[in-house]
Amino acid sequence: MKWARSIAIVFLVLISTACLLADFVAPASYARQFRDVPAAAPSHQHLLGTDDLGRDRFSRVLYGTRVSLLLAPAAALFSTLLAAVVGGIAGFGGGWLQRCVMAATDLFLSLPWLFLLITVRALLPLNVSPQVSVMITFTLLGCLGWAGAARVICADARALSQSDFILLARASGSSGFRLLWRHLMPNLKPVLYAQFWISVPVFILTEANLGILGLGVAEPLPSWGSLLRELESFSTISPQAWQFVPLLLFIATVSSFHLVLTKEELAA
Amino acid sequence: MRKRIANVVLLIFVALLASGALAQSGGELRFCLRSEPKTLNPLLMSDDSSETIRYLTGGVLMRVNRLTQELEPELATSWKVADAGKTITFKLRDNLRFSDGTTFSADDVAYTVQQLMDPALHSPTGDAFRSGEGKVQTQLLSKNRIAITFPAPIAGLDKLFDQVAIMSAKSPQKEMAVLGPYFVAENKAGAYLILKRNSNYWKHDAAGRALPYIDSIRLDIQQNRDIEMLRLVRGEIDFINSVDAEYFDKVMSENPSMGHDAGASLDAEFMWFNQVPGSPLPSYKKTWFTSTNFRRAISEAINREDLSRIAFRGRARPAVGPISPANKFWFNSKLQPHPFDQKSALQRLSLDGFHLQNGVLRDREGHAVEFSVITNSGNKYRERMATMIQQDLTGIGIKLNVVTLDFPSLIERMTRTFDYEGCLLGLVNNELDPNSQMNVWLSSAENHQWNPSQKTPATAWEAEIDKLMRAQASTLNSAKRKEFVDKVQQIAWDQEPFIYLVNKNALSAVSPALHNAHPVVLRPQVYWNIDQLSLGAEVARNR
Amino acid sequence: MHLKLSGLAKLAVKILTVVLLGGFLGATLVRLAPGFGVDEEELDVRLSNESIQTLRQAQTTDQNLAVFYFHYLNRVLHGDLGTSRTLQRPVSQLLAERMPETLKSIGLGLAFAWTLGLSLAIAIVMSRAWYLDLGASLLAGTLLCLPAAVLALLFVLAQAPARLVLGLIVFPKIFRFSRNLLARSSSLPHVLTARAKGLGNMRLLVWHILPPAAPQLLALAGVSVSMAFAAAIPIEALCDLPGIGQLAWKAALGRDIALLINLTMIVTLVTLVANSASDLLGQSFHRASA
Repeated sequence: MKWARSIAIVFLVLISTACLLADFVAPASYARQFRDVPAAAPSHQHLLGTDDLGRDRFSRVLYGTRVSLLLAPAAALFSTLLAAVVGGIAGFGGGWLQRCVMAATDLFLSLPWLFLLITVRALLPLNVSPQVSVMITFTLLGCLGWAGAARVICADARALSQSDFILLARASGSSGFRLLWRHLMPNLKPVLYAQFWISVPVFILTEANLGILGLGVAEPLPSWGSLLRELESFSTISPQAWQFVPLLLFIATVSSFHLVLTKEELAA
Repeated sequence: MRKRIANVVLLIFVALLASGALAQSGGELRFCLRSEPKTLNPLLMSDDSSETIRYLTGGVLMRVNRLTQELEPELATSWKVADAGKTITFKLRDNLRFSDGTTFSADDVAYTVQQLMDPALHSPTGDAFRSGEGKVQTQLLSKNRIAITFPAPIAGLDKLFDQVAIMSAKSPQKEMAVLGPYFVAENKAGAYLILKRNSNYWKHDAAGRALPYIDSIRLDIQQNRDIEMLRLVRGEIDFINSVDAEYFDKVMSENPSMGHDAGASLDAEFMWFNQVPGSPLPSYKKTWFTSTNFRRAISEAINREDLSRIAFRGRARPAVGPISPANKFWFNSKLQPHPFDQKSALQRLSLDGFHLQNGVLRDREGHAVEFSVITNSGNKYRERMATMIQQDLTGIGIKLNVVTLDFPSLIERMTRTFDYEGCLLGLVNNELDPNSQMNVWLSSAENHQWNPSQKTPATAWEAEIDKLMRAQASTLNSAKRKEFVDKVQQIAWDQEPFIYLVNKNALSAVSPALHNAHPVVLRPQVYWNIDQLSLGAEVARNR
Repeated sequence: MHLKLSGLAKLAVKILTVVLLGGFLGATLVRLAPGFGVDEEELDVRLSNESIQTLRQAQTTDQNLAVFYFHYLNRVLHGDLGTSRTLQRPVSQLLAERMPETLKSIGLGLAFAWTLGLSLAIAIVMSRAWYLDLGASLLAGTLLCLPAAVLALLFVLAQAPARLVLGLIVFPKIFRFSRNLLARSSSLPHVLTARAKGLGNMRLLVWHILPPAAPQLLALAGVSVSMAFAAAIPIEALCDLPGIGQLAWKAALGRDIALLINLTMIVTLVTLVANSASDLLGQSFHRASA
């Protein structure tokens, strides 16, 4: 499996470099509409063809990758940390604390948060730039995405807190924050890793779905979400294979993230 | 005259086709509704799905023929408008029965009109008849003659009855007893409705056979247009009444005989600027938006040809004004769409002190011209148009921010908080008579969107529109009315409170198994002649 | 026995409290959301100013949240769940019509997801075949990357039952968690020793690998029910399945507070019951294995 890991790392490095250098690599601005050639096939000028409005798809993929590759992991990291804190403390504390936190988690999972997203979008000034609006969207997603993970982490933390080595640590005088920080958290790392990597595509997809409600990335800024929206209709799933490039790239990137994980991390 | 002869020939042709299709009658017609009907009460119907049910089940006194755009007798054999448009007298057909067997008489018409005009009902159909204060009088002249008197004259009074499904005054089934070709037999919430053939329906074809030909109609509730399209291609449904441009191209590429493009429809897509004096916008922006030169300049900076060609894949026409060219009688044919001319736009802007500075347009006080346009999310065409306008406006140094909001949030901004700058929406227009747009053009109206509910008209041209709209509403002479309406169109063209963008084409897709279908511009495009539609023998046998 | 009963009673009280709280918070979110109390019908150009004003007036009845919630609870105690504003029908009737459809979707979807996810996880852990691991991971990764709408569309194109989409949405999560849990379990020292001693695969799995992972798997089972419930909303809306999910979607778009408060309570109830049941089962499993 080492070769697969190496390929994944090379792929990730390449794609990260390309999207960070999008300003130099992209043949056109992501917003520029070549109106003479809407929905065009790949050519020398447009390597991946153009979208419905005649915008260069290759440039949009590069810029969109940059947006999603920077912001989705940031949101995933934030939500995983929140989940770790909430789930870890609840699992470690046990008893009424665990019950209260878990009840709050269940409650959190059941609420129609869509309205919070709608409310926040409505409260934003209308002339906010697409860049700011996308950052706010991902921050909100990060704030709202922790509950499911917290339950799993709590179960894991509970099991760990009752394990022999924690008993030993307690016996040797460790307690409270030190026990949590030095003994429990390091052992939760593999679960947190798994949770983080699982969250990344989830956030990207949520952003895509929010886009349909008008709460995602504002035009003309592209993101993987808005690029994947191109495939959401029967009329656009056509013989034009190049339309699938963003999806393939997306799958390849996310899979690469998984392949980069070591065997031990995978086992978690 | 030549046009009328052509229409008559076409009608005869349709009738002949209908009688030739007798061998293929029976079976179940299937098509989709985009949402669940909100109500089955014909007086309260306002959404598309409910109106479909009303069209298929309701019996009306007269009907606008969707092909000829002329009024034709239905339950009433004749009618006469008198008293300067205040009174209408109907002579009704004899010996008709509702679907449950209850007899039909002038009592039912009186009952329906009284119900419809009940002020507590707030029926959209009833509101169209409200022209002045006072009660509506119904007078039974005989068992089959009735006179209805309204408190004030109503222009185009007779055509309004196209929307009024007559209800039974006596039937225990209440609104479920109908006089139309079908009745609602089953309603599975959220899933489907089954309509069965009304055996008491009064119409017969040229050969004396009872109409309609098709035994039942299954209406599946299907919001997803992809699934709807796939079901049509697979032969599971028989037609799609209104198809989006992209899907239409797909249909044409797979089976060109299925696609029908009836040309520009009555619907218009447009944008407008918020001109409400009390809105929470900075005063310099209010100055921009209330300036005619500013609005005209924005209009000239938008490439409507490109909007039609790219956003709608060529299945739309650049729009001119409030009345679509598809509305043959009322459209002011002297007007043309505003041309795309960014030089002229900049000249107009310079008249108001706007100037370009390093590629950025600035007003007299130095504010960079930047504004937002809100539109409803999930509407691909509006999002595309807004994005294209965004690029067009960069050509004159304006930065446009496109904001998509879900409908309730959008309506709240439009009608309650007035916290928006520009808005891009569309108007679905079902009626030909300009009177139907009264609540948009009167400055006192709630739907006068750029500045609603004005106590007195804010501008001279709005006062002029008010005067002209009221004048056309109180005149019976069609030529005179047309003159007034033409002037309103001219003022709307000059002042551009609404910047009209495109008129979408009326696109539909019909399976070859459905016979006698002749899709038209007016709603309901495909099944306007529902009682004459028939299914191919094989399809009818298998359903 | 007495203790168990009192424990269950406490649990029931807790669930009831959280459900009521959920209903109130749900109603608060709807009430505070922009667009509450507006109706698309207002834009109907046929309506007169008076009718529009009446329409607006009618929307203001639920404006005071505390009053609304008090009235709602009072009605619930009398067996009335209220009337949906957007669909103009009693909520209880709507729920009774649509609940079986959603239960069918969720049942089928979860059965599919767990069968596929757990069997693949077990096969990978037991066989330790890298190609199987890679293949299954790629499948799960790909499914995670596909927007629900695209997945639903592909199923429609393939004329496959749309309910299975729900299973495919939940499957990657079940597969990944269970594979990781089982892999960790199988690398425990006593399992390695048992394997080295030549213990049969089935015995190894049933007696040594599954028991340590059971509490987390049961926790996952609880979470998967709520995940399926959550996934049912977009899937039912996209595939036009007339279930609770589709109803919730319409209620959200129409700011239908009466419908949403009941749906929030149902979702909270399902989440709590599923999670509590998995916790209880997990604890008893723990005690039994201890």
